[in-house]
Amino acid sequence: MTKMNRAKLVKNTISLIILLVLGLMAFIPLYWMVVTALKPPTLVLKFPPEIFPKNPTLMNFRQLLQRPYVLRWTFNSAVVAGSVTAVRIILCAMAGYAIAKKRFPGARLFFWIYIASMMIPNQVTLIPLYIIVSNLRMINTYWGLILPSVAAPFGVFLMRQFMVTLPDEIIEAARIDGASEFQTFWKIIFPISKPAIAVLGIFTFVNEWNDFLWPLIVTNTTAMKTLQAGLVMIREEIPMEYALHMASATYAAIPMLIVFFAFQRYFLQGITVGAIK
Amino acid sequence: MNLLRKIYKARYGYFFLLPHFILFLIFFLIPVGSGVYLSLFDYNVFSKTFIGLENYKEIFNDWLFKKALVNTFIYTFGVVPLWLGKALLVTVLIYPFRKPIKTFFKTIFYLPHVTSSVIISLIWLWIFNPNFGLLNYFMKLMGLNPVIWLGNKLTAMPSLIAMQVIMGGGSTIVLLSAAMASIPEYYFEAAKIEGANSWKIFSKITVPLLKPTILYALVMGTIANFQTFSNIYVMTQGGPEFSTITVAYLVYTTAFRDYNLGLASAMSMVMFVILVGLGIVQFKWLGSNVQY
Repeated sequence: MTKMNRAKLVKNTISLIILLVLGLMAFIPLYWMVVTALKPPTLVLKFPPEIFPKNPTLMNFRQLLQRPYVLRWTFNSAVVAGSVTAVRIILCAMAGYAIAKKRFPGARLFFWIYIASMMIPNQVTLIPLYIIVSNLRMINTYWGLILPSVAAPFGVFLMRQFMVTLPDEIIEAARIDGASEFQTFWKIIFPISKPAIAVLGIFTFVNEWNDFLWPLIVTNTTAMKTLQAGLVMIREEIPMEYALHMASATYAAIPMLIVFFAFQRYFLQGITVGAIK
Repeated sequence: MNLLRKIYKARYGYFFLLPHFILFLIFFLIPVGSGVYLSLFDYNVFSKTFIGLENYKEIFNDWLFKKALVNTFIYTFGVVPLWLGKALLVTVLIYPFRKPIKTFFKTIFYLPHVTSSVIISLIWLWIFNPNFGLLNYFMKLMGLNPVIWLGNKLTAMPSLIAMQVIMGGGSTIVLLSAAMASIPEYYFEAAKIEGANSWKIFSKITVPLLKPTILYALVMGTIANFQTFSNIYVMTQGGPEFSTITVAYLVYTTAFRDYNLGLASAMSMVMFVILVGLGIVQFKWLGSNVQY
């Protein structure tokens, strides 16, 4: 018995060592971002580098916020990510409800179109999408930043998968109680779909905040850029200010880290949502 | 008439579906359909002329496109196996531990995943910095010469691949862990009683039962990495000497820098066909004997 315990102990120790090494490799870069951001710019170039900063300072963040457009980019990112999330939740819940619970000619066909579309890489739609958005005069507007993301098929699929598990009796009961179609959806279906809505909302918000390619293409003035594109622009303008780069990266990462820790349960329960990095 | 009545009776179905579907049609389905069409045109700022398959002929005679294609394959086949292997390894290793330890490691591996690829790229530019970067500091500590990681055409691509593998895997670990938790524990117990060693259990029980999830992760991971863009844009702009140029980056520069939209469309069509092909191969290869 003790022999078995010892074997188990050795095995667990080896497992932990491997996990810690791999975990540290992924964690050190994030740590280094924050630490660099907290150092005065002159200390950043010191050799050997200070692994633990002795005199942390917020001066890089102050400098960052004093730069033109930084607050505007933050506002843009918040507006875009917030609007996409809100509109997407409502429209996808409605469409998911229709496909899951309503019987109408073509319902199955719509479902299969949505499913097949999820496998299409977004590079394929990029250029035609740009031309359409440009024809609709939406280049460099919030509409152009928001609407194409709302249209993505995944949310409908997710909501449908959840709603199909809801018993038909609750809809029937609402109807007998005299609720209109819209009331049934808004007062009954929408509230009980909270778990799926939370997942869709959280992942949409994070993905939109972090998105880079589409905002890069669809905006053409500095004022309309989102934070991600703005960070790249700061680096291009002042390539040697490493402390400021890391402060800007930390600044853009903090809202997502807050979202992550606030909704950790949803992220770690393993729902097949979002792209794989 | 009959169909119209049916449609009228089911009007609430459409009422709930259409708001999203109209946006989906305009901003997704029509773009998907018109990609092929656009690739048949010489489409630039000044004109739009039908030229048939000329764009395809041009890209297949273009050394830069071929280079980008080869690079994209190297990148994808460099990243995907290592990243998936890492995810599998971590999943199996954290499985026996208690929940707080599992959550701790899942959190650590997931953190880079909520951080945008632009931010990750900026961090690694700083780590790879030849003069003041953390990596060259470690190299010096070990008595090695500093390396110009991203400035050398031999090390640039491997550096990008390593970065992706080191930072990636979080969501796959979560996904695989969830799948593994749904395997009945007595499968493992029984195998242990039969005297199977860890490798046997891993290869004969864990992997086969996780197959659907592995397949999903493999297909999605291939699609995502094949389109890699942000890290190239931020870190190397395809250089040095085009050693890190990828198809997605070339599509971007062709379309939005040179404004040659038809040619760029043809490139993304080629990419699409390759991805469909890879998807089919992966399903054929892993999809057999999958029980859902």
